[in-house]
Amino acid sequence: MHHFIDRRQNPIGKSLGNRQRFLRRARHHIKEMVDKSIMQGAIKGRSVKDIATGEKVTIPVHGIDEPSFVHSSTGGVRQRVFPGNKEFVVGDYIKRSKGDGSSDGKQASGDGEGQDEFTFTLTSEEYLELLFEGLELPNLIKKNMSNSMNIRMRRAGLVNSGTPANLNLIRTMRHSLGRRIALKRPNTTELKRINEEIGELEARDNLTADELELLERLRVRRRDMKRKRNAISFIDPVDLRYHARTPELVPSPKAVVFCLMDVSGSMQEREKELAKRFFLLLYLFLEQRYEYIEIVFIRHTQYALEVDEDTFFYGKETGGTVVSTALEKMRSIIRDRYPTNNWNIYGAQASDGENLGNDSAKCEQLLNLHLMPICQHYVYIEIIDEAQEAKLDLLKEGADLWQAYLNVKAAWPSFDMHRVAENSHIYPAFRELFAKRKVE
Amino acid sequence: MGQQQFDPPSPLFTKPDWDFDCMRRVYDAIEEIAINDLELDIYPNQIEIISSEQMLDAYSCIGLPLMYQHWSFGKRFVRDETMYQKGLVGLAYEIVINSNPCISYNIEENSMSMQTLVMAHAAFGHNHFFKNNHLFKSWTDAAGIHDYLAFAKNFISKCEERYGFGPVEQVLDAAHALMDHGVFRYRHPPRPTALELAAIKLQREQNASQQSVLDLWADSTMNQPEDDTENEQELSARLEGLHLPQENLLYFLEKNSPILAPWQKEVLRIVRFLAQYLYPQKQTKVMNEGCACFVHYFIINRLLEKGLITNGAYMEMIHNHTNVIRQPEFNDPRFSGLNPYALGFGMMQDIKRICEKPTAEDRDWFPEFAGLGDWRNVLKDAWVNYRDESFILQFLSPKLIRKMKLFVITDDYTEEELVVSHIHNERGYRKIRKILAKSYNIAFLEPDIQVVDTDLKGDRALILRHTMHDGIFLNEKDCEKVLKHLKTLWGYDVSLEGIDRDTGGMMYTVSSP
Repeated sequence: MHHFIDRRQNPIGKSLGNRQRFLRRARHHIKEMVDKSIMQGAIKGRSVKDIATGEKVTIPVHGIDEPSFVHSSTGGVRQRVFPGNKEFVVGDYIKRSKGDGSSDGKQASGDGEGQDEFTFTLTSEEYLELLFEGLELPNLIKKNMSNSMNIRMRRAGLVNSGTPANLNLIRTMRHSLGRRIALKRPNTTELKRINEEIGELEARDNLTADELELLERLRVRRRDMKRKRNAISFIDPVDLRYHARTPELVPSPKAVVFCLMDVSGSMQEREKELAKRFFLLLYLFLEQRYEYIEIVFIRHTQYALEVDEDTFFYGKETGGTVVSTALEKMRSIIRDRYPTNNWNIYGAQASDGENLGNDSAKCEQLLNLHLMPICQHYVYIEIIDEAQEAKLDLLKEGADLWQAYLNVKAAWPSFDMHRVAENSHIYPAFRELFAKRKVE
Repeated sequence: MGQQQFDPPSPLFTKPDWDFDCMRRVYDAIEEIAINDLELDIYPNQIEIISSEQMLDAYSCIGLPLMYQHWSFGKRFVRDETMYQKGLVGLAYEIVINSNPCISYNIEENSMSMQTLVMAHAAFGHNHFFKNNHLFKSWTDAAGIHDYLAFAKNFISKCEERYGFGPVEQVLDAAHALMDHGVFRYRHPPRPTALELAAIKLQREQNASQQSVLDLWADSTMNQPEDDTENEQELSARLEGLHLPQENLLYFLEKNSPILAPWQKEVLRIVRFLAQYLYPQKQTKVMNEGCACFVHYFIINRLLEKGLITNGAYMEMIHNHTNVIRQPEFNDPRFSGLNPYALGFGMMQDIKRICEKPTAEDRDWFPEFAGLGDWRNVLKDAWVNYRDESFILQFLSPKLIRKMKLFVITDDYTEEELVVSHIHNERGYRKIRKILAKSYNIAFLEPDIQVVDTDLKGDRALILRHTMHDGIFLNEKDCEKVLKHLKTLWGYDVSLEGIDRDTGGMMYTVSSP
């Protein structure tokens, strides 16, 4: 007596719930490590369009240890049996190995496993979720858009045919019961009662004529009942009901991100690297929120060009600086390719804050009149010299462009600006830009 | 094998890949040997084929097919997953569960010869041990474990829905910390009273009517006579009423904690039940694995003799067999203690040898069965009636001690150096055997901690006593954390005092922070 069961088709990930509980438990530590990893350059060398592929994190065991009453690993008198004696004889002395016995027990491993750290890999989803935990998109996403529809399956009542997996047991049994009552199918208790009555009569020896007749009648009835039970099935194909699912079109929100960067001579490798980090974070963040996302790279000197990513970050070109050209370019691309009723538009601009003479006023005008009305959100990042870190806090002071943008900011809540000077400023700046705002 | 009148049958399989038909044929062939030749007595088998991911899943839930959810299992999972992906550890070929029917999980990557070996090992070896060993028989309910696990999983998830993840986690964390001390070691728990049974039933059936249950609990457990003054007699009556001293800390808390809600007590009961279910496995590692290895070794050799497996398949099995029972020597980098597979298998093969071809020494040491020839019954009797400690004390032979070159190192903390106190010679055998047996005695491995007193009418401080042996203290850091957990379950101060077993002197006291 044995049987084999093939479980390979069973869903895997039985431990998913445990994993989530573990992540929640260790959340504090993991979040710390995730933030650290992003600040220390986990994204270095990655393409902006590369989806984060999950991260290996190492967290300290305290906080996730499982204590129990156990003996201390040192002290006292212990005897232990070992295999493979070679030359020892009774009475041989062996030096204690280093570290063993020199401590007073305080060094004993806390978790019994002798590990102080615990390393494992987060999936990219978990990683991004932790990374962007508590952040939100400041402006509502346009969802009622006609184009790009996705197909989703939705529950849609019951049907008469389907696969066994979709069988609705309750409805099926209800129909079966109704049919059996309607057709007067004799039920089991009735049959049992008659059986008992017959058994009782049969067990007796001397039956009167009346009783014999009764017995005969009961037998006929029993035969009829059995026949009827056979004729009317317990569950009939007409009883079967299945869950139906129907395809439904749902609008899928999509977004485009414009990355604008100054590549004039003043923007060096360091400035570009910082800008890249910021763009990458923005891209990943938006990607979590939108099902479909496009990214447009515009770089500018005294004129603006739409380029691919590689050229954007690694192209070598220098020249003067006219910021408004990039904004013009953005505007014309939106007009040509991204109708505002279909797309959520995000702008991110990085620059070192230098601009040609009176061009800043033009930028202010462009933003105020043309771009801000159609953008969900626009972020400006000014990358300043490490030596000028003091300027980080002096938000009122700055060059033309900064001053002009301050005016824009005053007018549009969906406009944000920030200064960074080094790698580790990027992530906090990003968090600040997208922090959940308190409802006032 | 005597005269065979017919041609030897052709092998059951020649290719490395397995399929279900082939598994069935092999199973039947193994069963034939196991039942008719070895005379094993087994639960019906249910063999499930799973993938490696599923094996990782099963690992993390202490090998049980169903388990409530808790972060510690998730931690175990990510650790095992990382180790497996790095290639630091391989996966087990099988997991077997003490249940009726006996479920074993075989991993799909196994070749047909590995499946054969694994079936012989788990579905017959372990299965027989589970069904017959007295510890498993009297302490675990193999038929009911699945239903119980389903209930437990369901109950915990209901609690999470109702009370939130945090509070449930807090109770589970605390209960897990006390799990090793949530078992009855020497006696069965006092049978629940009819009132308690009714309360338990009610609580399980309709989790909703909390209040009525609470009243029932209060009535049955806390109705102590009101009296302020307490004389000696009343003190002992009070301790008796609380079943003190009590070795099962979880049981004590479940019955007497002044602050736990009924659902929290049920959670404690679930953890306590699992601890008790797993307790026999802790005490029989050597025997359980020894039995399974002995059985698979016997069966694959018989299969070869009968011509049912090819030489190639046999070589693959023997290769794995030798790996499993390898015992690295103490100075080998791979050494990590005595291998229970090696010790168990070695001892059982040795018993067979003593029955069949005893030496004069064996006759001296084991007059009861040396040379009797009937090794099947000697082994079966051992499998039924012993646990690791008593098995080693009874059956470890000088021959095996010499073969494994066992020796004892004594580590006295007060001495400068370690000393080799016994080696494998005439004077050492009995000592080595005794010391080895003791090292498998859970009573020495785990600290002996019992509840000794509490005054429910007074300050309700809970007093635990650690009976120390050989001057070995507790791990301080862990101890402090566990006391904290204890306090969350008890609600009032908890203190622990260490008493030396021999002198009775107080060695230390700690209180919950």
